[in-house]
Amino acid sequence: MSGNDAIAEGAIRAGCRFYAGYPITPQNELTAYMAEHMPESGGVAIQAESELAAINMVFGAAAAGARAMTSSSSPGISLKQEGISYLAGAELPGVIVNMMRGGPGLGNIAPSQSDYFQATRGGGHGDYRCLVLAPASVEEAFGQMFEAFDRADRYRNPVIILGDGMLGQMMEPLSVSPGRIKSYAKPWALTGCKGRAPNIIRSLYLKDGALEDVNLRLQKKYALMRRTEQRWESACLDDARVVVVAYGGMFRIVKGAVRKLREAGKKIGLIRPISLWPFPDRAFEPLLKKRLSYLAVEMSYGQMIEDVRLALCTRQPIEFLGRAGGGIPTEEAIIKKIKTML
Amino acid sequence: MINVHIDGQRCKGCYLCIAVCPRKSLGVAAVLNKKGVKPVEFKKGAECIGCRFCATMCPDCCIEIEKE
Amino acid sequence: MEKIYAHPQSLYNVSSHYCAGCGHGIAHRLVAEAVDELGIREKVIAIAPVGCAVLAYDYWNFDCTEAAHGRALAVATAIKRVRPDNVVFTYQGDGDLAAIGTNETIHTANRGENLTVIFINNAVYGMTGGQMAPTSLIGQKTATTLKGRDPALQGYPLKISELLAQLPGVKYVERVALISPAEINKARQAVLLALRNQIEGVGFSLVEMLSPCPTYWGMSAQAAMGWIKETMIKEFPLGRIK
Repeated sequence: MSGNDAIAEGAIRAGCRFYAGYPITPQNELTAYMAEHMPESGGVAIQAESELAAINMVFGAAAAGARAMTSSSSPGISLKQEGISYLAGAELPGVIVNMMRGGPGLGNIAPSQSDYFQATRGGGHGDYRCLVLAPASVEEAFGQMFEAFDRADRYRNPVIILGDGMLGQMMEPLSVSPGRIKSYAKPWALTGCKGRAPNIIRSLYLKDGALEDVNLRLQKKYALMRRTEQRWESACLDDARVVVVAYGGMFRIVKGAVRKLREAGKKIGLIRPISLWPFPDRAFEPLLKKRLSYLAVEMSYGQMIEDVRLALCTRQPIEFLGRAGGGIPTEEAIIKKIKTML
Repeated sequence: MINVHIDGQRCKGCYLCIAVCPRKSLGVAAVLNKKGVKPVEFKKGAECIGCRFCATMCPDCCIEIEKE
Repeated sequence: MEKIYAHPQSLYNVSSHYCAGCGHGIAHRLVAEAVDELGIREKVIAIAPVGCAVLAYDYWNFDCTEAAHGRALAVATAIKRVRPDNVVFTYQGDGDLAAIGTNETIHTANRGENLTVIFINNAVYGMTGGQMAPTSLIGQKTATTLKGRDPALQGYPLKISELLAQLPGVKYVERVALISPAEINKARQAVLLALRNQIEGVGFSLVEMLSPCPTYWGMSAQAAMGWIKETMIKEFPLGRIK
């Protein structure tokens, strides 16, 4: 199954019953899969007239209590930012899939990771955060859809699946295990006010201090997410002298390079952030006492490295290897770079 | 007997009701309300035929009409 | 004691934030009266626009959501698709429906979504301080057309209702004016029909209300009603369009 198809199938199995999207390469298979298979599950799939309409349809479906999602690629995700801010402000759950492509502007359709800042810093206007998960394989992308919908409902907050064109197009075997779905009561949802006071979904607060109170409540939620939602994978850290950090599709290439270096006896370790926000600072904590060198590898030009720097309290040497505009650092380039650090 | 109840505190003084009353039974009160406008009042001794024109025009839902 | 005219149950008994003589108050009440008459208060879900009416939920006694500016019909589409048994309507001004949200308006109508739209046309942006609206008349002075709207620079008043009436997905379009007891009663009937259409599954129904904005027209409430009658109706004729 391709990454795009696996994400769509994972979403449907995770209880997604509303999808709206607008065609954009390289995530078109996802929209097509939803159009074909969502009705079989009794859900709704709409090809929206724009990205703006699509994300606001997610807003409506979420307000009505449904598990809802949209997907797009970089330029389309930029268009959705206003809607994501409204989801965060109104505390509505929703899942947004971004299969990143090269930018800025119309850019190109090659795989990229250059929307890292946009995803992890909120992206739209206002003081908010989205939970951001970055799958590195088709199987993981499938599984993360369960987690994404669960966390969206649990925190009443948008969740972003940050993939790239490579992951979306990649074909890998997938063992479809039945995921657990916890259902959340949604007494706040718009269902008609039978037997209760009217529900209001809003993000406008004009009374003096009201918006600050809302923001403080959001910040409490984000603090909880920082404590409980850090996810990462690490390997070979015990004896490592150089630790390479990479996520998503980039990690797959880095892993190959590190394997070759370890086979040659080089002491290289690996950290793969799985949650990009909250960034897995805790993965770095046990290493802070040691003097190690770090290398951040990205398909972007120095974005994730800033979070690595923060995790290391900027006290350790960090080097960077990345390419922009759809370029992908090769295994050879990574090996060459690491060797200069040993 | 028809009674016109006007919420004088809610009245914003647009006076649209005065203009549509076929019996010219509505007028402007002498005293300001909390909003700082002179609200509409039902004139003393005036007649109401229950046409609802005033309540239909009122943008602020200040008027209720009852028949005894 | 028999109530000849009573406050609608679907409207809270509170003072609104609208200016004196503003048509929103009349329109809110008409919607509330129609909801009461159809007995659907517990089934209604309303979408408030961005604009003066964003706080509609402070006045309506039923479920409501905000929507981003112009996106009310995208939000409504999803709510209705997820909850087809509820009665879903949007309440939108001219800027929301016919400028920033034109795309959503046309495509929701073209999909023939079974929704009801209450469209308030007061030919001006009220909330932001009286700027030109897509429906401002030629020659109309606004904060952004100080010498009056000039078609050579700002184009023509957009007749979005006539545009929408061309679409096969649209089942009912009527333009009414909130200017007199007789016209307001026609408006009430139009709202009833537009909601009843949804309940009966007829499809996309829109009621455009020519509505006074005395504040940004720089007129008294009474003069604003006169301006609609004498001037605005010439550009936006009343009656059933579809």
